[in-house]
Parts: sequence; structure tokens; C-alpha cells
Amino acid sequence: MANDMSTAGADRAAFHFRAETGEVRAVLRRAVARFARQITAEDAGALELVLAEVLNNVVEHAYAHRPAGEIRLSLWRAPARLHCLVEDLGRALPGLSPPDDDLPGDGTPDRCPPDDCARTCACRVRDLAEGGWGWSLIRALTEDLGYERTGKANRLRFAVPLASP
Amino acid sequence: MDLLAKTVDGVLVVRVNEDRIDAAVAIQFKDRMRDLAAGAGGRVILDLGRVGFVDSSGLGAIVAAMKFLAPASRLELAALSPTVGKVFRMTRMDTIFAIHAQAPAAGAVDGE
Repeated sequence: MANDMSTAGADRAAFHFRAETGEVRAVLRRAVARFARQITAEDAGALELVLAEVLNNVVEHAYAHRPAGEIRLSLWRAPARLHCLVEDLGRALPGLSPPDDDLPGDGTPDRCPPDDCARTCACRVRDLAEGGWGWSLIRALTEDLGYERTGKANRLRFAVPLASP
Repeated sequence: MDLLAKTVDGVLVVRVNEDRIDAAVAIQFKDRMRDLAAGAGGRVILDLGRVGFVDSSGLGAIVAAMKFLAPASRLELAALSPTVGKVFRMTRMDTIFAIHAQAPAAGAVDGE
């Protein structure tokens, strides 16, 4: 189980856990529960989605093809945002920066007829991407996204903006 | 991965009896959909009424299901929660799927 390292009350939390999808799931539940009373349901949904995308990226990319490593997630509540820091010892992000926010193409090839084809055109369905949305979701739902590689460590920082509850 | 399939008025309705479709279960979801919908022709409606969370891996699994059902069948979605609907909007996948507010004859699907 994920090890909850938090000691400092409801406005901050830290989790240290193994980089596996099941562990990520458990940490998401606990991280969102920790702040659920302080933030709106919509912000809680955004927080869970952002953390899921970031942490599963670490599992599936940074630690791909090597033994499951460790992830440290730290969260701090500020008045209008939740600061997040994700640290791991996996592979660096390609180009040493987070990918941009381009969505994958919607798969519409030129040969598809226009207009009424949007939901029915077989050629369009066949060419749909089955992934590649993660960073665009992260960028859309966060502010001040920053990455640094120090030695063998990755540190990704970002903030999730919060509405007034 | 608990998926329940029933035919309602000629439409195959697949109800997802899980809280989440995420990275931890994306592959199981695809496998179960393949089993349940094998040989289905016509419309298949995925009832997401019990699903509170879909991440990009889960979304990819749903798109993959749509792709392997096509062209014989068309995958449609029903009963998206606000959080799940937001993921579809942000990725523009809401333009790809027909999305219904509710699954057809939901009460008949599992006796509720």
C-alpha cells in the first residue's frame, strides 16, 4: 500500500509509493479525499484527472522497461490553487521538457466525405488515435507547469487552480 | 472488470458496473468488450452511469472498442457523469461518439 508520509495537517499531504497503476489508483483516492472538503467537486475531478495523467505517465514511460521504481507526490494548498510536485528516478522526459498540448489528430482523412460523416464514417473511426491526450489534459488543467532533471531525478511541478468553494 | 450486456429493443446495452475506467483496467475493459460485443451488429450503447472517472487510458480503451466494433457495429455512449463528460469534451472525443443522456430502458437492463 502507498505510504502516507503526511504529518502537517489538512493543507498539505505527501505520498511515497511504488510506480504501479494499482498504487496510483490508491494514491489518487487518498489524495483527493484529503482535499475533498476544501475544494469543489469540479476541482476535485480536475485534480484527480491531472494526477492520474501525470502519475501514470511516470509508470508507463519514465519507468517503462525497468523495475518499478518509486514516486513521491507532494501537495500544498494555497488560497486559490493546489501546488503539486511529482518526483521520480525514471527516464528523463524526451527533450527535457513536457510535451506541448497538441491533441492527436481526429483521424479524419481527406478521403472521408465532409459534413454528415462525423460520427458514422467508417474510415474516420478506423484512423482514430487511441491515446496521446495526456499532456494536453495536463496542460489544460494546470498552471505554471515546470520540469527539471537533476542527476537521475525528475521533478515536475504544477498548480491546479481552485474555484472558491 | 464487471460489464453486463443486455439487448434492449434490438440494441446491445453494455453497462459498466465499475467506478472507474482507468490505466489499471484499460486492457481488461477492452478484452471484456471484445467478448461481449463479438458478433454484435448494429448499435452498441455503453452505459457509463456508474462510472465516475475515466482517464486518458480509459478513454483510449473506449475508442479502441469503437474501432474494433466498426464497421459492423457502432459504439455509442450513455449517462456520462460531469467529470467523465469533461474528459470527452476536452479531447474532442464528444464529436466522435453519439452521447445519450441516459441508456435506453435503463430499468430493464439490470432490474433496477
